[in-house]
Amino acid sequence: MRRLRRLWEKLIEGAIRVSGVAAIVFVALILGFLLKDALPVLRTTTLGELLVGHEWRPTATEPQFGFLPLILGSLLVTVGALAIAIPLSVACATFLAEVAPRGVRDLVKPVVELLAAIPSVVFGFVGLVVIGTALQKAAVSTSEAVPGPEWLKAALNMPTGMAAITGALMLALMTLPTIVTISEDALAAVPRSYREGSLALGATRWQTIVGVTLPAAKSGIIAAVMLGIGRAVGETMTVLMVTGNAPVIPSLTSGLFRPVRTMTATIAAEMGETAHQTPHYHALFMLGALLLLTTFAVNTAADVVMRRGKHVERR
Amino acid sequence: MSSAADVSLHPGVTSRQARVARLQQGVAFTVLGLLSLSIVVPTVLIIGFVLVRGWAGLSVEFLTAMPRNGMVEGGIYPAIVGSAALVAVTMLLAVPVGVLGAIYLAEYARQGPLVRAIRIAILNLAGVPSIVYGLFGMGLFVMVIIPAMARFLHLDPHRSSPSCLLAGAATLALLVLPMVVTTTEEALRQVPQHLRASSLALGATKWQTIRRIVLPNALPGILTGLILAIERAAGETAPILLTGAVFYASAMPRPAEALFRPFMALPYHLFAVSTQLPNAPERLRWGTALVLLALVLGFNAVAIALRVHLRRRRG
Amino acid sequence: MITAELTGQAVSVTRPAAPSAGARIVTDGLRVFYGRTEALKGVSVAIPSRQITALIGPSGCGKSTFLRCLNRMNDVIDDVRIEGRVLMGGVDIYDRHVDVVELRKRVGMVFQQPNPFPMSIYDNIAYGPRLHGVRSHADLAEVVEQTLRQAALWEEVKDKLRESAFSLSGGQQQRLCIARVMAVQPEVILMDEPCSALDPNATFRIEELMLRLRTQYTVVIVTHNMYQAARVSQHTGFFLLGELIEFDRTEKVFEGPSDRRTEDYIRGRFG
Repeated sequence: MRRLRRLWEKLIEGAIRVSGVAAIVFVALILGFLLKDALPVLRTTTLGELLVGHEWRPTATEPQFGFLPLILGSLLVTVGALAIAIPLSVACATFLAEVAPRGVRDLVKPVVELLAAIPSVVFGFVGLVVIGTALQKAAVSTSEAVPGPEWLKAALNMPTGMAAITGALMLALMTLPTIVTISEDALAAVPRSYREGSLALGATRWQTIVGVTLPAAKSGIIAAVMLGIGRAVGETMTVLMVTGNAPVIPSLTSGLFRPVRTMTATIAAEMGETAHQTPHYHALFMLGALLLLTTFAVNTAADVVMRRGKHVERR
Repeated sequence: MSSAADVSLHPGVTSRQARVARLQQGVAFTVLGLLSLSIVVPTVLIIGFVLVRGWAGLSVEFLTAMPRNGMVEGGIYPAIVGSAALVAVTMLLAVPVGVLGAIYLAEYARQGPLVRAIRIAILNLAGVPSIVYGLFGMGLFVMVIIPAMARFLHLDPHRSSPSCLLAGAATLALLVLPMVVTTTEEALRQVPQHLRASSLALGATKWQTIRRIVLPNALPGILTGLILAIERAAGETAPILLTGAVFYASAMPRPAEALFRPFMALPYHLFAVSTQLPNAPERLRWGTALVLLALVLGFNAVAIALRVHLRRRRG
Repeated sequence: MITAELTGQAVSVTRPAAPSAGARIVTDGLRVFYGRTEALKGVSVAIPSRQITALIGPSGCGKSTFLRCLNRMNDVIDDVRIEGRVLMGGVDIYDRHVDVVELRKRVGMVFQQPNPFPMSIYDNIAYGPRLHGVRSHADLAEVVEQTLRQAALWEEVKDKLRESAFSLSGGQQQRLCIARVMAVQPEVILMDEPCSALDPNATFRIEELMLRLRTQYTVVIVTHNMYQAARVSQHTGFFLLGELIEFDRTEKVFEGPSDRRTEDYIRGRFG
């Protein structure tokens, strides 16, 4: 009887160990399978041509697989989103961790968590139906008559309201909770003794936050921002639904107010209609591989930054 | 240094510098509060919009009837059932591997390069863009594993398809795996060490201790994590886009066959209704959004309530 | 000194003989509540200026709580209630109109665990003066050197001012913290068990420093080490369970205490 139990235990513990390393196996599998279906595209184009190619016309008679418009599209929307999200998030995290009285904190924190729970398709939906129509209505159709810079004309003439900026706005909302939560943890982890030391020297709470607490939490906040970047780059549904689906290189002056297409949206929009094992199919997988490697890099870097920050704390 | 005669600390007397510092603090704190408010307001607005506009579309029929007339009338019953089935199978796949993996990390693993590699793997898995999961799911499950299973099980090719519920669920299971592992490990670590010590001192084996003492003790924390995983799985669209979600199924599949048939799901339904059905009535769109949001937020509320209850119990 | 004994409970009220001309800090019926718990039960005492006053007593007796009242550091704790008055120069520091920031410039504090900021040695010292408006590079450098010399740390760190404060030993860090406090030119320096985290060597050097500080600052030090109190202080107060049992010149307290409980503590009859 005891031997049976011992055998059973060995089995379970084996299963436990296998499950432990499962994560590594899965990461390798994902990378492997993605590359397996991505590399064939290199038979017809070089990696360089893919990365800097200006045209994305996969369904033309002479298909063009230039990633550049998509990469720039992702970049534009992500940078736009972060430009809004980073200051707001750090401000909110500081507010929650250092300023807000407990009652206010208990109201705001759940709202941020609620924001994190909303599915991306709902963000896309609301963006599409509400913001899109609002921007559309605000458009001045006689944009030619409006004097002024290029971007202003574009801003006032968004026929569908679907543009990079719409995506950036919704994406900002989606990345906020990530950055807020992790930054707030970083701030809360700053030892009380620093604050006390500063207050005892006659500093106000704000002077303490700026002079001691924020600098001490710097690495955690940077890591939070990096994780936010990863989240923004990888977002699919929202950008698919609100950025307008135009795989063109965004113009320098007015690109923000015109439709674009991100890498993620491209895969989601086109894969369903693509025959298997065609160059288009492989190109989309290559796009996916590119995305995967980008998020790997960003997440690993964030981890390194967080670890290095913890080492500085060790005396 | 200073005279012993007096401390010039009169009520109402402050140095100019202290007054400036206080003013700066007041301005800074107000700005922080306002910026935080600008996060709260859009969140409330989004949820409010969905609530108010979706309410009109809700009815018993909406929730329990099949769609009719080109998906423009009737209800979303199959999408609700499809989501439920999808999430159930997802958790069936994710929970064993996830919980056992977490047990490995919390109870068996020793510090070293292997554990570090596992943790980096989990971090990276958590950061993989959802559409890349979809690509991988397509490349592995839909193209390789399900057909192999179908051959092995001698499935009727007319009543099954490689893009099916099982493929979608497997893909989602991978997506939520990092969440399950992380939250379960955290819950296990919360169990005080002395409980394990007492059990071992009474002659129990390691696994017996885990099964009888540690796991039951960590159960509320584990459940909280599982509910969050369910919430995530219920809301994701991109992974199921390419692995089996459909907008229109002629009829509900028989339960015995459902695993290997395409499926309807709420998030995908919302996506399709808002982007592919130009003449759908507003109520339908908002109603679908409301059902999805209510489901997801409902899970969120349960998870939060559990967490609060846990914290109170801990004292 | 007036000691009143009511039946059963001894209530000790220590008041100075004359209106506190030489005293820097006077407390009057100071009581502190953490939530429902009364941590300090009506302490009235006059702490003389330009002397070192030691507060001794077993752990949890309220001496740290008392100390933290003197620069209103207790304000930062949630759920704390303070009654009574604390007078400096005739002004109640708990008056609503008193600026806490000003108070803490004048009453500095050194903590039990050395807590240098995660910055360079130079920036640690310069932090206070910068707060209070000193901008000039030359002025800051002068303050840094002056205070480091007073803390007897200058020779050891003058070549590595830009290095992280964490590169110093525990004892050096604590002296750095003392220098940091001195840089804002306070009149009172409070020390909350400043040596309890340090080795005997480092402790000795800090006690030396304290004796030198005496001529310029009013120093109040909380210590659980009676011998330290006997070594460095001129006045000693004995706290027990939130009350100030006895307050007198150090020699008197250690050689001929008035209260039985003080004597028991000094003789080591309870910890």
